[in-house]
Amino acid sequence: MARADAGGSRSGKHLHEAALKRQHAREQWSVLSLVVPAMIVIVLIILIPLSWLFYLSFLGDDGGFSLENYHKMTQYKSYYRIFVTTFQVSILTTLACIALGYPLAFFLAQLPPRWAGVFMLAVLLPFWTSLLVRTYAWLVLLQKRGILNEFAMQVGLWETPIKLVHNLTGTLIGMAHIMLPFLILPLYNAMRKIDKDMMHAAANLGANPINAFWRVYFPLSLPGMVAGSLIVFVLCLGFYVTPAVLGGGRVIMVSNHITAILENQFDWGAASALGVVLLVATTFTLYVAARLFKFDAALFGRD
Amino acid sequence: MNWWSRPAADTQITHGNRLWLYVLSAIIMLLLVAPTLIVVPMSFSDSQYLEFPPSTWSLRWYEEYLGSAKWMRATATSFQVGFLTMLVATPLGVMAAYALFVSRHRATRAIFLLLITPMIVPVILIAIGTFYAYGRVGMNNTIAGLVLAHSALALPIAIIVVTAGLSSYDLSQEQVARSLGATRTKAFFLITLPQIRFSVITAALLSFLTSFDEVIIAIFVSGGANATLTKHMFAALRDYIDPTIAAISTIMVILSSALLLLTQFLGSKGKRN
Repeated sequence: MARADAGGSRSGKHLHEAALKRQHAREQWSVLSLVVPAMIVIVLIILIPLSWLFYLSFLGDDGGFSLENYHKMTQYKSYYRIFVTTFQVSILTTLACIALGYPLAFFLAQLPPRWAGVFMLAVLLPFWTSLLVRTYAWLVLLQKRGILNEFAMQVGLWETPIKLVHNLTGTLIGMAHIMLPFLILPLYNAMRKIDKDMMHAAANLGANPINAFWRVYFPLSLPGMVAGSLIVFVLCLGFYVTPAVLGGGRVIMVSNHITAILENQFDWGAASALGVVLLVATTFTLYVAARLFKFDAALFGRD
Repeated sequence: MNWWSRPAADTQITHGNRLWLYVLSAIIMLLLVAPTLIVVPMSFSDSQYLEFPPSTWSLRWYEEYLGSAKWMRATATSFQVGFLTMLVATPLGVMAAYALFVSRHRATRAIFLLLITPMIVPVILIAIGTFYAYGRVGMNNTIAGLVLAHSALALPIAIIVVTAGLSSYDLSQEQVARSLGATRTKAFFLITLPQIRFSVITAALLSFLTSFDEVIIAIFVSGGANATLTKHMFAALRDYIDPTIAAISTIMVILSSALLLLTQFLGSKGKRN
């Protein structure tokens, strides 16, 4: 009897299982279908236009497949200079952000959360303010008779006004200011997650504060710093507004050149090819980084 | 023990030892905030030139701004596009975030990566790409075209904010409602949505601001009577400097500060609940 019962319930379970499974699958699909509208927007605005640009970049003058748009990049010295400038500006901006962002993130992470929230407004306010407004503010601050030149001359740092804007210096200052929150926010979050007992233990085992910092805290904060630096670096690679305004035509990055090609020559093939190179460089950086460090969570705010 | 020699951290380092860090942090915070706020006093200057601090004060740049048909038209466009972007990106973002959060399907990771591509692809590429595609279908210089492109930019932000809200919410409440007979839709609107409302509002505000502050796509895709505020501002900054920009900047700073404080307030309220 018991055997038969058990057998009966087993086959009954199987029966339900199939129905449940079907229902579950249907349910999964109906829930997942909610992403469709968002995906349509992304397909229309990102995938189709990007594929089009990709196609255009391989189109020769005669309308057939050709690599001439890419070949041009290796031929002209102007392209070489643009790539060098782009990497130079991106690397220097990232380094400046680390130098300024690390101490501030550390300071904020040490504060009680309540106070950290208050001081964090200093990071969030510029983050939320239009980058045009901030670029404009730097234009004013850095000009020949601007507050920075006047101050430096009064203190005696230099005698005659020096050119701080419409060149590389101005671009770097403006970009570092705009990018700083992108480094501080992920770094701060990573630092907050460091177990306080680690530093306790280090101190308990005889490490002095400097030793404890460099050998325990710093390595633990490194993933956050790398994630933040990569965001900054990748955003810098494609930056347009700040070099255009604060560079005064002397700092030409890839984005600026893409615009210039379209404005002056209306050469879609050349502009697209340069765009594809920019996209590949960006994706490659992120891919390598994702491989090396597991920072998906820090980068995208999701585990 | 006074404050100075009290330990500041677990390694028994004192506040006195840490003084350099406090000074350095104060300087960096000043560097972050000052350039954002400097436009406020500048906008009240009476001078044609960019001088700081201003020697004489006036409201002439505000009069100039409010009296200019071009700037008023651009401001209206920016608000309109920002508002419509918010109306498109918020519901789409909530739907996508909810689906990706609830679903256990294998494809969720790939879909998530696809939906956040607007954050990874350099904006200049989105700008020239949509400019080219819109050229083919006659959507350049239209409000609808700009709203669609800005919605793509705002979507990943909305999705990330709402996902964060969902992860601090206990989904079993919705299951309870459904086991008591509510449909999934009903359970979502009656149980889940009220509890993640603060992240949804934050996502909406951020979507608005993303569109309102966006420059590069607007330069390419907007124009004519539908040119945005940022498009005109960029042209003004690159070609000739007009102190009217300071007045407009001040208004933009006030707007973003207000929205920022609102989200901070909502955030702390959201945590308390």
